[in-house]
Amino acid sequence: MSEQVNSQIQDASESFEAEFKIPEIKHPLREAARMFARNKAAVGGLFLLLGILILTLVAPFFYTVDPFDLVWAPLSPPGTENAPFGTDYLGRDILAGIVHGGSATLAVGASAALLAVIIGLSIGSLAGYYGGWVDEVLMRITEFFQVLPTLLFAMVIVALFRPSIATVAFAIGVVSWTAVARLARSEFLRIRSLDYIKAARSISSSNRRIIWLVILPNAMPPLVVQATLAVGGAILFEAGLSFLGLSDPNVMSWGFMIGSSRDYLMDAWWTVTIPGIFIFLTVLAVSLIGDGLNDATNPKLRER
Amino acid sequence: MTEPLLRIEDLRVEFDTRDGVATVIDGLDISLYPGEILGIVGESGCGKSMTALSIMRLVPMPPGRIAKGTILLDGEDLLQVSEKRMRNVRGNAISMIFQEPMTSLNPVFSVGDQIAETILLHEGGSKRAAWQRAVEMLDAVGIPAPKVRAREYPHQMSGGMRQRVMIAMALACQPRVLIADEPTTALDVTVQAQIFDLLKDLQKKTGAVVVLITHDMGAIAEMAHRVVVMYAGRKVEDGPVDEILTNPKHPYTSGLIGCVPHLSPDPSEERLPLMDIPGVVPPMTRLGQGCPFAPRCSEALDKCRSEIPAQSVVGENHRVSCWLIENGGP
Repeated sequence: MSEQVNSQIQDASESFEAEFKIPEIKHPLREAARMFARNKAAVGGLFLLLGILILTLVAPFFYTVDPFDLVWAPLSPPGTENAPFGTDYLGRDILAGIVHGGSATLAVGASAALLAVIIGLSIGSLAGYYGGWVDEVLMRITEFFQVLPTLLFAMVIVALFRPSIATVAFAIGVVSWTAVARLARSEFLRIRSLDYIKAARSISSSNRRIIWLVILPNAMPPLVVQATLAVGGAILFEAGLSFLGLSDPNVMSWGFMIGSSRDYLMDAWWTVTIPGIFIFLTVLAVSLIGDGLNDATNPKLRER
Repeated sequence: MTEPLLRIEDLRVEFDTRDGVATVIDGLDISLYPGEILGIVGESGCGKSMTALSIMRLVPMPPGRIAKGTILLDGEDLLQVSEKRMRNVRGNAISMIFQEPMTSLNPVFSVGDQIAETILLHEGGSKRAAWQRAVEMLDAVGIPAPKVRAREYPHQMSGGMRQRVMIAMALACQPRVLIADEPTTALDVTVQAQIFDLLKDLQKKTGAVVVLITHDMGAIAEMAHRVVVMYAGRKVEDGPVDEILTNPKHPYTSGLIGCVPHLSPDPSEERLPLMDIPGVVPPMTRLGQGCPFAPRCSEALDKCRSEIPAQSVVGENHRVSCWLIENGGP
C-alpha cells in the first residue's frame, strides 16, 4: 500500500516538475544585499564612506604635503595660495591634515569597534547561552562597566598609559562593549530555546559547536548593525578625547586637529569646522549603512 | 520474544519547580524489540516527550534530573555513560524527529548542509561524500529534484517537506532507534498520511526501531505494533495494538479510543457518541496518593483514591495498572 502511495507521490512530483519550473534559489545574504541596494539612504551612505576611504587611503599619495609642516602664515583663511582649506595657528596646512589625518581617525574607530564587539560578543554569548550563575556573574561585570561614566573612564585609561593611537582605541573599546554584550546575550537567550537548537543537540553537536556554528550565524544581523553603529560612536569618542587633548600629539587625526585648534574657534572657524565636517560625514555614512543593514536583515521590516 | 534492543527500567524524572518537586516520570518500564514500531500515547503533559528526551539524555538539567532508573541500549546503561560516549550515541545509534518541522531546522544553512553536517559529525569523510549522501537521503524521503532542493533553505520549503528533511537528517547515520515525537501534529491531514507511509516504509527498509509518540489513537492504529499508554508520568497500560484497540482494560485507554471521531457518510444513521474524558492532566506537583487518573475516572473505587494500582497481566504481553481488574474489569 505504501509503495503504491510512494509511486503516486513520485508520479505527482514528476508531473509537478514538468509543469512548474522550480523557483531559483535565493541565498539569504543575496536577498539582504538586494534589500540594501533598494534603500537609497543606505546606498548613499555606502558611497559617502567609499569616498572618505579613497580620500584617506589614496589621496595621501597624491597630496604629499606633510600635515606637520609650516606651509604658510598662521591662521590663513581657506582659499589661500598653497593651502586651499587654510592653515591653523602654527601655519600647518588643513587640507594636508584632512588627507593624512583621516586614516588615524578611521583606524581608531574601526579597531575600537572591533575590540568592543570581541569583548561584548564573548561575554554576551557565554552569559546568554549558559545562563544560571555564569549569566549572573558576567552581567554584574557588564553592569559595573555600564555605570562608570564612560568619558571619565576612558580618560583615566588613556592618562594611565602614554597617549597613542593604540591606547586611545583600547580605551574606547573597553568602555563601549556593554551594549554589544547585552544585545548578544538577548539574542543568545532567545535562540538557545528554539527548536533547532534542540535538534542540533539531538544530532550531538557540542556546546562550542552550537555557540559558534548554530546560534552565532542566526544572531549575526543585529550584531552586525550594532558593530557598524559602534564604529560611528568610536570615531566620535576619539574626537572627544582628542578635543580634551588626550590623543597622540605625534599623529595627525581629525580629532587632534579640532582639539589643538579649540582656542581659535572664535577667530578662525575653519580650523575646527573643516575637520568637524569630515567627522560628521564619516559618522553619518556609517550610521546610514548601519540603518540600511538593520532594515535589510530584519525580515519583519522587509515588507515595507 | 527476543531480547529487547532498548530497555527502560524504573525510570524516574523529577523537576524542581516553584511549587516543589514535580515527578514527571515515575516508575516507567518500557522495552523496545528489534523491528517494531512502538506507540507511546497519552494527553499533553503525560511525560511522553520527557521519556524521549530521557532516552537521548537531553532532559534540561537543571531544573530537571533523572532521579532513578536505567536505560539499557544493548546492555549499556545510557544514564551512566560519559557525555562523550553519549554524544556518539545521539544522532548515531538513537536519533529523533521533533514535533515542529517549521522551527526545527536552522534557518541560515541549506538543508543539504544540515544533513551533511550530521554525517560529518558522526562518520567523518569528505564534505563531498557527505553532500552526496545528503542528496541520496533527500531522494529516499521522497523529495523531488533532491539535487536542487538540497541547496534550498528551510524557509523555502513547506511543512511536509521540512519534516521529510528532518527524517532524512535523523536517518542519515542509520540509527537503530528512531524517536518520532509527534512528527505530524503540525501538518495537514493529507501530509500526515504521507509522512506515516514514509516512516513505515523506511522502517521496513532500515529495520530501525521506531518510537512513535502521539496523542492520536488513529495514528497508533495505523502505525504501531505495540502501544504504551501513559498518564501523568506513569505507564497505565501496554500491549499489542489489536489488543489495546479492541479490548482496552484501563478506563483511560478506553477514553482515548472513544475520543476519536468516526466518519459516517449517512446522516440519518445512528452515530456513535463522541466521548470525552472530563478534566485535565493534574499538575505534577500535586499528585495525590492514589491512582492519578482517579479524579477523572467515572468508575473509580475508594481504593483508587488511596493506593496506586499495581500492574496486572491481562493477556499475552498485555499489562494494565488498574484496581478495576481485581473486580472483574471495567
